[in-house]
Amino acid sequence: MRVEFTVNGEDVAAEDVWPGESLLYVLRERLGLPGSKNACEQGECGSCTVYLDGATVCACMVAAGQAQGRRVRTVEGLAAAEGADAGPEARLGTVQEAFVEAGAVQCGFCTPGLVVQADDLIGRTVGAGGPVPGDAEIREALAGNLCRCTGYQAIVEAVRTAAERAQAAAAGGAR
Amino acid sequence: MTASAPGRAAAARAGAGTAGAARTGLESSTRDGVGASPRRPDGTLKAAGEFAFSSDMWMEDMLWGTTLRSPHPRARIRSIDVSAALAVPGVHAVLTHEDVPGEKRYGLETRDQPVLAADQVRYKGEPVAIAAADHPETARRALDRVRVEYEVLEPVCDPRRAAFDPDCPLVHEEAVGAHPEHNPGGNVVRRQPVRTGAFAHGAGAAELRARAAAVVRGTYRVGMQDQAFLGPESGLAVPAPDGGVDLYIATQWLHVDQGQIAPCLGLDPDRVRMTLAGVGGAFGAREDLSMQIHACMLALRTGRPVKFVYNREESFFGHVHRHPATMRFEHGADAEGRLLYATLEIVLDGGAYASTTAAVVGVASSLGLGPYEIPNASIDAYGVYTNNPPCGAMRGFGAVQACFGYEAQMDRLAAELGLHPVELRTRNALSQGSRIATGQRIDMPLPMAEMLARSRAMALPVAREALPDPADPRTLPGGVAGTSRGEGVVRGVGYGVGLKNLCFSETFDDYSTARVRLEVVGGEPAVLVHTAAAEVGQGLVTLQGQIARTELGVERVTILPADTSVGSAGSSSASRQSYVTGGAVKAACEAVRRRVFSLVRERGLAGADHPDDDLALEGGTVVSAGGEVLAPLADVLGGAAVEETRVFRHRPTRMLDPTTGQGDSHVQFGMCVHRAVVDVDVDLGLVKVVALDAVQDVGRAMHPRQLLGQIHGGSAQGLGLALMEEVHVAGGVIRNPSFTDYLIPTVLDTPPMGVEVLEHADPHAPYGLRGAGEPPTLSSTPAIVAAVRDATGRTLARAPVRPEDIVGVEH
Repeated sequence: MRVEFTVNGEDVAAEDVWPGESLLYVLRERLGLPGSKNACEQGECGSCTVYLDGATVCACMVAAGQAQGRRVRTVEGLAAAEGADAGPEARLGTVQEAFVEAGAVQCGFCTPGLVVQADDLIGRTVGAGGPVPGDAEIREALAGNLCRCTGYQAIVEAVRTAAERAQAAAAGGAR
Repeated sequence: MTASAPGRAAAARAGAGTAGAARTGLESSTRDGVGASPRRPDGTLKAAGEFAFSSDMWMEDMLWGTTLRSPHPRARIRSIDVSAALAVPGVHAVLTHEDVPGEKRYGLETRDQPVLAADQVRYKGEPVAIAAADHPETARRALDRVRVEYEVLEPVCDPRRAAFDPDCPLVHEEAVGAHPEHNPGGNVVRRQPVRTGAFAHGAGAAELRARAAAVVRGTYRVGMQDQAFLGPESGLAVPAPDGGVDLYIATQWLHVDQGQIAPCLGLDPDRVRMTLAGVGGAFGAREDLSMQIHACMLALRTGRPVKFVYNREESFFGHVHRHPATMRFEHGADAEGRLLYATLEIVLDGGAYASTTAAVVGVASSLGLGPYEIPNASIDAYGVYTNNPPCGAMRGFGAVQACFGYEAQMDRLAAELGLHPVELRTRNALSQGSRIATGQRIDMPLPMAEMLARSRAMALPVAREALPDPADPRTLPGGVAGTSRGEGVVRGVGYGVGLKNLCFSETFDDYSTARVRLEVVGGEPAVLVHTAAAEVGQGLVTLQGQIARTELGVERVTILPADTSVGSAGSSSASRQSYVTGGAVKAACEAVRRRVFSLVRERGLAGADHPDDDLALEGGTVVSAGGEVLAPLADVLGGAAVEETRVFRHRPTRMLDPTTGQGDSHVQFGMCVHRAVVDVDVDLGLVKVVALDAVQDVGRAMHPRQLLGQIHGGSAQGLGLALMEEVHVAGGVIRNPSFTDYLIPTVLDTPPMGVEVLEHADPHAPYGLRGAGEPPTLSSTPAIVAAVRDATGRTLARAPVRPEDIVGVEH
């Protein structure tokens, strides 16, 4: 079957899709977007987290056909959304930059899903005019994303830092 | 974090987010050198989703490989018929053992594992046939049509029976150990006795027992833990015009893979060219081969690139696990709490194939007493074949299991004698100059007593009584499930200490190779570092760059992709790469530096007899000892490139004696102390870890932020083993091969972790460093279980602790 949707603002189409394929498979193997990861393919680890019409989902649990006509935003779209200027480090979004700085990236396999989920948390809190989320709120928001390397401490620090910077930016301060 | 000179008691609070700035103590002004915490060179790509992991490989005309696995733990294969599978449209090849071009078996230490099962299968999940097709689902459906006729046999599932029952069926009719003198036959892969003190002279325990004021005995069990790396087994094999193959793969050691793959393909090793693809975690699970030979076979057969990606269920069958252990321990102490003797029996279930079982037995036996002075010891460790899933390397490697047992024993002795757990441990603590049970003298700092005192002095979390009432459910056992409002919740505190060998042991030629090139690029000096060392997430690529910057005074350093076009780096295992590959990069840089100094003299920039000791490289220039800039490196080098390759070895080690267990088998020792604070819902058996604080001596904090990442991550894996992680195997069958049923800690399960880092340099090691990845995985588990015991009063002799163990429901 043929599936059409938008990814990171661009219209895309995948041909000859077997109906059993997931959105994750189509993104990774048919559309050249392997940033969303395939750690469990059963909705338990969050490594494939993407936005579907603005809400975060596990792309492995979405049948490809369910994406028909909808908007998908992946980790590849997080960076581009904040400006495609200068070198690769300047391309990183606020959350991504904070992850690298804090040492929240080790093997990096969980990172794409976590930065999407953290981006969503910051959008729902600071982005909606609310306060920087506290430790418990950050942990609750990330509870569906497994990481095997870091013990999560640097990840929680990175999300807090990113939220503080997003708030400062919203208040007119420099990033 | 601060650094310190060797021997000085030096520690610094390295808590949340404070580890950024560190002084190195080295005479180097170069930014981002040893002791600093620069960004990972691969961090930006990983955060952007652009880093190419092994499962991300893609080629236009590639095929997908899949694996048919045995449904039985033990069976004879009467016949295999692939004709119906080959008839499926889109299928390009279906291969069995008959299609293996060369050697039919492989293995890390013992070549006992079939590439594809031939006459029998020895575990459920063993590969029997492989297929390549144009879509992964097509390949899977084709394998559904392979007809295999099995004669099902009764599996050997009980490791104690495998070890001790002479009538137990043999898992392997022709078991050949890597070290026959340690292999008594039967189902035993290795038996390792250790006898010291009175036991070395034939005495039994009775006489020692009579002299002891307190004797404790326990049978301890550690369940099968999965490494649960997130990046599944995967890779891409590309057939080459010369009849060879290029393999892009996630592994821990390229060259040991190559050495196993090539003979099975019937190819010379130089025809199997391997490049490290992005590795999504390892923790020991990528020491053994998984799909490597299968992908190469299919690529060579079809003439097309072949990609394999295991799914999570298959991954549980695709790699070895941590050995489950059954341990019978007896310890005796005098009235002052000084340990008098210990007898240990440790049985490790190696499953169907040997993998690293023999080496795991070597660690469990040599470190079975832990970090304690015990003058009389009798240890017997066994690693056995069964028809359970194969077990091998996982972070901690045999020392984790023993540590769970001896730390439980220490707590029981302390309770019997009315001593604080820290006091009992301090009275028996090893230190520099002590000997472990193998007779090996610890010839490096081991400040255990200091570490225990620091652990005990660390700030405790806010007391339960001081928390708001009603409590935020997120702070309680059961969490947002709201199973408690705080009633029935009891707090407990526990300690754990572990002793771990670092680097490969027992005569292993444990070397690494580094090639370093210094040249001028765009008018600026630049360094290329090339090794075959596997970056598995630990940050070795960062460390290599730091070392090159420090040694060559050049900021611009590029780490080339790891591949087999340079010599072996050994495995990213045993906490060894900072030491061994770090040592190789340092040695190659030193050789480059000496050649640069020769150029300086040849070009008249320093006197012809100006010694190397009075020259240095800093900030891209050559400077004299007095700090005078003699010349920019760009001028010294001109168009020349200086390149050197060096092999680095640590000091040699010895095999343990097969009857006495004596011998200097280890290179280096590492230690971590944990204190855990838990809240336990004693009615429901639920545990919330409130705090998990660590004190670790690392000799030298090479990259303080990455170091904290290792300690946090290792502690969390130990937490998993303490409270939730177990591969349930019944009748040889894994019952929970998914992340739905095999639970690893989430961010809600993992508490904030305080860390104190000590830096007592090891005089034998590059920069004085000590491998840091494994020790926290040892001590975290017993500390947490001790805290749960403290809260509940239960014995809790197995890890992981289950809710029914806490509430006292019988199975």
